[in-house]
Amino acid sequence: MTMTVAFCSWCGKSSAEGSHSVCTQRLSMIDPPRYCPECARRMVVQVSPAGWTAKCSRHGETTSPAITG
Amino acid sequence: MTVAPEQVDVLATAREQVLERGEGLTESQILEVLELPEDRLEELLELAHDVRMRWCGPAVEVEGIVSVKTGGCPEDCHFCSQSGLFPTPVRAAWLDIPGLVKACEQTVASGATEFCIVAAVRGPDKRLLSQVRAGIKAIRDAGMDINIATSLGMLTQDQVDELVDMGCHRYNHNLETAKSHFPNVVTTHSWEERWSTLTMVRDAGMEVCCGGIIGMGETLAQRAEFATQLASLNPHEVPMNFLTPNPGTPYENYPVVEGAEALKTVAAFRLAMPKTMLRFAGGRELTFGDLGTKQGMLGGINAIIVGNYLTNLGRPASQDLDMLTELSMPIKALNETL
Ligand code: SF4
Ligand SMILES: [Zn+2]
Ligand SMILES: [Zn+2]
Repeated sequence: MTMTVAFCSWCGKSSAEGSHSVCTQRLSMIDPPRYCPECARRMVVQVSPAGWTAKCSRHGETTSPAITG
Repeated sequence: MTVAPEQVDVLATAREQVLERGEGLTESQILEVLELPEDRLEELLELAHDVRMRWCGPAVEVEGIVSVKTGGCPEDCHFCSQSGLFPTPVRAAWLDIPGLVKACEQTVASGATEFCIVAAVRGPDKRLLSQVRAGIKAIRDAGMDINIATSLGMLTQDQVDELVDMGCHRYNHNLETAKSHFPNVVTTHSWEERWSTLTMVRDAGMEVCCGGIIGMGETLAQRAEFATQLASLNPHEVPMNFLTPNPGTPYENYPVVEGAEALKTVAAFRLAMPKTMLRFAGGRELTFGDLGTKQGMLGGINAIIVGNYLTNLGRPASQDLDMLTELSMPIKALNETL
């Protein structure tokens, strides 16, 4: 199953509309995702010293790629 | 004929007063430092570094932090994405004990000697305190040898005593900004309420960790005022944060503090508090980037938070640790006093 990236996970708006350059920058530097990319629901996010997990009540949990320890 | 009094250069004064005698700058002297032109920045940073080396030594204290209760806070600190009063994207979350132990393991693995457990609350309730107690016990049962600090908001005397009993050796509670600026930043509690928690913590024998955030619309004079107020508290540690404008908060459109200005502020705080541990905390990634972090370590800073913060991400711990190796700054050993 492939995941659709319909929404920006920083601002929660449609990925296809408007510019998301600030969002992309923040996501690459200091922010974990906050909105589910599939449905734009706000996710429950837990940041830990070495990573993060983000949970959408509908689409389940995503974990940061580099989580260690 | 009247002769104008000779203007004494503030850095020359600081060299004698702070570097030689270990006596922090006064409020008006700090303001003078903050007003120095940019072409004096290098000289200022060098002096701040000399002061840090002379009075604190080369060791750097490394700390990891984790949030056990995120979001949904009833307070209205205007910078905070965890306030439940602002439409921020942060949702409330609780970290369970296994998650807390894992976060501590990650911190130990980074070489840190300090692990701070943080909750977004006005003050702790029974449930939170028992969660923290169980968490500390689980960390100890897992055999992890690390100092444990907590940050749970405003405390009563009973709660202070309970934390001491749990083995919490340091308590973080930030004054956030100058007393004169505080009512513009927070309206749901006062600077004095924060101060009273801090004095209780200090009197109970816990180490006091107290700092704030630069870049919340305060004037340079208010930065000097803040540094003086912190110095009068004589905390063990001062974490310095730079505003991260978070979406949904009243400060979401505030500009990020510019790198040179931030470095100048760090150096001025070092000259105000020559013997205090000064920690790079949140916001350094946005304000400084990689290069500036190194400059800060050579400009008065002697402690860092590695890895991620409470709701934001930092650069990987390994990057900071490599930087310390490159700078020949050893990581402070456990139980070593800076
Ligand atoms: S008390 Fe702490 S968590 Fe709550 S809004 Fe203020 S800074 Fe945020
Ligand atoms: Zn976006
Ligand atoms: Zn979803």
